[in-house]
Amino acid sequence: MHVIQRYFVRHMRNMVYVMSGLIISAILIQYLPIPFMRDRTLIASIFYLLSGILGLIPIFIKALVSLQLRVISIELLVSVAIVGALIIGEFSEAGIVAWLFLIGQIIEESTLTKTRSAVKDLIDLSPQTALRVTSPTAHDAEEVTIDAIKSGDYLLVKTGSQVPVDGVIVSGDGNLNEASITGESTARRKSAQDCDAVFAGSFLTDGMIVVRTTQVGDDTVFGRIIEVIEQAEDSKTAVQRFIDRFARYYTPVVILVSFATGVLTSDVRLAITILVLGCPGALVIGVPVSNVAGIGLGAKCGILVKGARMFHELSKVDVMVLDKTGTLTNGIPAVARVRECTIPATSSPYPELDINYVWRLAASLEQESTHPLATAVVTYVQRRMPAISFTQPKHFRVTAGQGVSAICDQHTVVIGNRRLLQAHAITVTPSDKIMADKWMHAGLSVVFIAIDGRPCIMIGIGDTIRRHANAALRQLRRQGIGRLIMLSGDSQTVVNEISSKLDLDEAHGDLLPQDKANFIRTIQGSNQKIAFVGDGINDGPALAVADLGIAMGDGTATTIEISDIVLLNSDITKLPIAHALAKATVINTYENIGIALITILILIIGLFTGFIYMASGMLVHEASILVVVINALRLSHRKLDTRQHRR
Amino acid sequence: MKRAILQVSGMTCPSCLDTIRTAVARQHGVQDVEVLFNAGKVKANFDERATNARSLANTVEKMGYVVERTTTKEN
Repeated sequence: MHVIQRYFVRHMRNMVYVMSGLIISAILIQYLPIPFMRDRTLIASIFYLLSGILGLIPIFIKALVSLQLRVISIELLVSVAIVGALIIGEFSEAGIVAWLFLIGQIIEESTLTKTRSAVKDLIDLSPQTALRVTSPTAHDAEEVTIDAIKSGDYLLVKTGSQVPVDGVIVSGDGNLNEASITGESTARRKSAQDCDAVFAGSFLTDGMIVVRTTQVGDDTVFGRIIEVIEQAEDSKTAVQRFIDRFARYYTPVVILVSFATGVLTSDVRLAITILVLGCPGALVIGVPVSNVAGIGLGAKCGILVKGARMFHELSKVDVMVLDKTGTLTNGIPAVARVRECTIPATSSPYPELDINYVWRLAASLEQESTHPLATAVVTYVQRRMPAISFTQPKHFRVTAGQGVSAICDQHTVVIGNRRLLQAHAITVTPSDKIMADKWMHAGLSVVFIAIDGRPCIMIGIGDTIRRHANAALRQLRRQGIGRLIMLSGDSQTVVNEISSKLDLDEAHGDLLPQDKANFIRTIQGSNQKIAFVGDGINDGPALAVADLGIAMGDGTATTIEISDIVLLNSDITKLPIAHALAKATVINTYENIGIALITILILIIGLFTGFIYMASGMLVHEASILVVVINALRLSHRKLDTRQHRR
Repeated sequence: MKRAILQVSGMTCPSCLDTIRTAVARQHGVQDVEVLFNAGKVKANFDERATNARSLANTVEKMGYVVERTTTKEN
């Protein structure tokens, strides 16, 4: 029997073509006025009969296999219906039902594949082979399958190919597109010099590198992301669990009703029609198919959702609580304020220095230092003057906790805080002092640039607001989030400074991780749904307590574990996109439930008013499945415009 | 204990999922089975002294589904 079944599984398509031919011929013979042909009805019946029997074989075998496992399958219902129809001589009904059922399965399989394509496209990104070399400098590349690669192996990656494993660059450099990991499509420069890490699934757009393998296959960041998505797709919402339970009882009940009808009315035709209508197809498939489309679309743009339930939660969120550092702000110091120093009234005439020249001297010194504040200054100058060339400073000196000094281009350059200026006997005007105090109060570190004993520029350095953060908050408000709250471990003055530039309802500072969790518990008391958005590293308690934990971060195991949704690449603009996607997915789910319920209603009404029989019932049934799948496809083809938030 | 992951095609309705899960779980030596409908994956932990991944794949094939790929991992 298994041999027959395997044969039918392999040749399903061809068989359905043959059946289609039989059915069409039968209809033509029956209804077209073909001359010189007698017994047209008989010939048509034979064609229908052949189609019915041909279709019955695979359906019946599948039904039997399930029955052996005590599972009442749809195939069993259809088999009984076909056999019944054959017995009472309704050959056309039997033939058409078998044909519709099988053709329905083929169409469903191919459309379902389309709804799952987002995730499949991702999986297809992982290469199946790799070029292994014996050492970072060897040229003995050998192509091996991915399963044969172990941690510690050296792999060669050429331009235009994919990184097959997680690892560290040990030789060469190149631009890597990490869209599959972070959703960010701009390539990043990575090199052996910086011991940069590379990830499986990323794409080397130019250059050539040798990678030392650290993780392979399912253990890579990419592998874990795929696993989370696969599990998420099959996770169930409360609605779906209800439907599944309903479906489990629905089928046996339909059999009983059909049997009872057959016995009581002796109308076999009506009894088997009820059997055909007893497949709750659209209802069972409708919800999962919407969820798959939504989760897949999210994965495509760097929004990792751990389950369909998370979408339902997110769509109902009333209050969004956001962490400050690393979420609304960049989490790394950057130049926030710049001001030219005032000239003291008592000062002697002084040669005016070009401001760009001052910046060039400053950057030349700061370049020598690895301090985060120095890096912030260099980054700022490079952005201001992209074509800058540095001058080599002489007598370079670092004073810990104060700043740097050197001779550069025959000028004495001092860059640092007021203590360093005092040590060099440089005075700052009272108005600059007041300004510096003000900046420090707002949480900024103040750095002076002094040339030849005269303060020229003062810089305020601190954590800066992420680009588009405010636009993202506004978008969330437009999408119906009622309250937006910022929490931070920083002092209240720093928090006030940042929140004054953002569209927030509340902002609270001086909070320990545990305090943030308690804060969320307090609002939860007021029966509102709360999402917490944090960086996933030190916000563990708050992420866990909130109804929904959203982490800004990467695909590392810890981030995924403690949160419900991960916004890869720490992109704040993905927050409103995730919220919009959640709403769209939930609406799509309810649309599909609606379509399924309407179908059942049509079938029941059709049955009792007598205009639906076996074949037409099967047609409505299969069509409804197709409609819900296509509706879900509409969702997965939705354009999530990431740019609309960047206006 | 080992873990077998089968990539299966032909699962079109969630009821296929029940059938496959029941059939694989009945196999001697199989501990727990997880069937991912959308990913088309069957994941099962089994005792390698009682059965192997190939016989699990056969079980699934017997029920009328195509097993595209089988991988086994140490648990």
